[in-house]
Amino acid sequence: MPSLPTISPEDIRTAEHARGHGAIGDMRAAEWHPAHFDYLLRLGDDSLILAQRLAEWCGHAPSVEVDLSLANMGLDLIGQATLFLDHGGALEGKGRSGDTLAFHRDVLAFRNCLLVEQPNGDFAQTIARQFLFATYSLGLFEALTRSTDPRIAEVAAKAVKEVTYHADLAADWVVRLGDGTEESRTRMIAGFDWHWRFVEELFDQDELELSLVAQGIAADRAALRPAFDAALARTFAEAKLELPPLPFAIRGGRVGHHSEHLGHLLATMQFLPRTYPDAKW
Amino acid sequence: MTVLNAVLDARAEQAIMAALADVPDPEIPVVSVLDLGIVRGVRRDPPAVLITPTYTGCPATHVIEQSVRAALNEAGFSAVPVETVLSPPWTTDWISDAGRAKLLAYGIAPPSPRGSDVVACPQCGSTDTREVSRFGSTPCKALWRCTDCLEPFDRFKCH
Repeated sequence: MPSLPTISPEDIRTAEHARGHGAIGDMRAAEWHPAHFDYLLRLGDDSLILAQRLAEWCGHAPSVEVDLSLANMGLDLIGQATLFLDHGGALEGKGRSGDTLAFHRDVLAFRNCLLVEQPNGDFAQTIARQFLFATYSLGLFEALTRSTDPRIAEVAAKAVKEVTYHADLAADWVVRLGDGTEESRTRMIAGFDWHWRFVEELFDQDELELSLVAQGIAADRAALRPAFDAALARTFAEAKLELPPLPFAIRGGRVGHHSEHLGHLLATMQFLPRTYPDAKW
Repeated sequence: MTVLNAVLDARAEQAIMAALADVPDPEIPVVSVLDLGIVRGVRRDPPAVLITPTYTGCPATHVIEQSVRAALNEAGFSAVPVETVLSPPWTTDWISDAGRAKLLAYGIAPPSPRGSDVVACPQCGSTDTREVSRFGSTPCKALWRCTDCLEPFDRFKCH
């Protein structure tokens, strides 16, 4: 996957020209929203996209217990996404609800990290992604319980309890597969190998976020890294796996440059509300 | 009885709580939304019934809101809005003793008191039990099994 350039003035002109003609249309609009709104999209989109990935396992997991686990974690994430995106929509003040943001934005307007949009692969690959993301978001939400945005703080306080469970569950499976049979160990290692290149992005901070850190709204991602690394070292030791050095990092999700996988995911997730815009459950 | 006043009095508050006492949880109908601590209370001014979700993504949340709404309308409080609050976050400590007893009688192991990790089988009472799956039929339950009587059972997760 090649790294992508940042958005140039030329791209903006193209977007302006292409408005209403597909994915690139709302790129500029998303660029212009205030930082606080963008930060809520980053939080909400991470939860939303991973929830959709987990939902893809429904009815296909290796056992009924695992099926329930993956679907239930997805439910928690959808709950978090709804709260973050609703809050973002309210701040924006243009009448967009969480649902509108979830179903009526195109791929370039999504602000999730690349990790969560990765395909499920086999069960081990899904567990590797879940372990990395839950371990990271546990630290993030703990820090966000002290956010100066009271809504972010109270959503984080609820989410931290849910994500604690997700992180424990994923760590248990990493140990079980890593320290299991030759087959499960090989798959667990391959599952992590797919995702290592997306880890650095989780801790990236751009000017937008640093300005929010200064206001106490956002969490300082740099401060989350030691606990994340320690949790990885602990679980890998227990799973008798070796932690490899991280490969060249791929980035871009936070500014809307996504892998090809996200578009396919959105096509499935957004189909119904886009085809029948006024449909009510 | 229709409440027209802007502010609720003690009698109205009592009547509201009485009306909500029979609203069942949609997933575990043997317990009420009061037993589970989902109804956080009545605010008198400005009037509102405050409810809180157990898990952020619990699909029962919307049904609960509708059921509470319907019960309020039925009791003549159609002017009192239902508000969802997140803070302080719901924990299993909010489940009443009556609620715990009803869960146990229904075959669901209630959450252990904080600081304890003993899980007793709701069928035979044995504490020789083990977790089969971290998630059960709903987000708030895990699947367990008794090693003595061999019965599988749901356990309300500590949260």
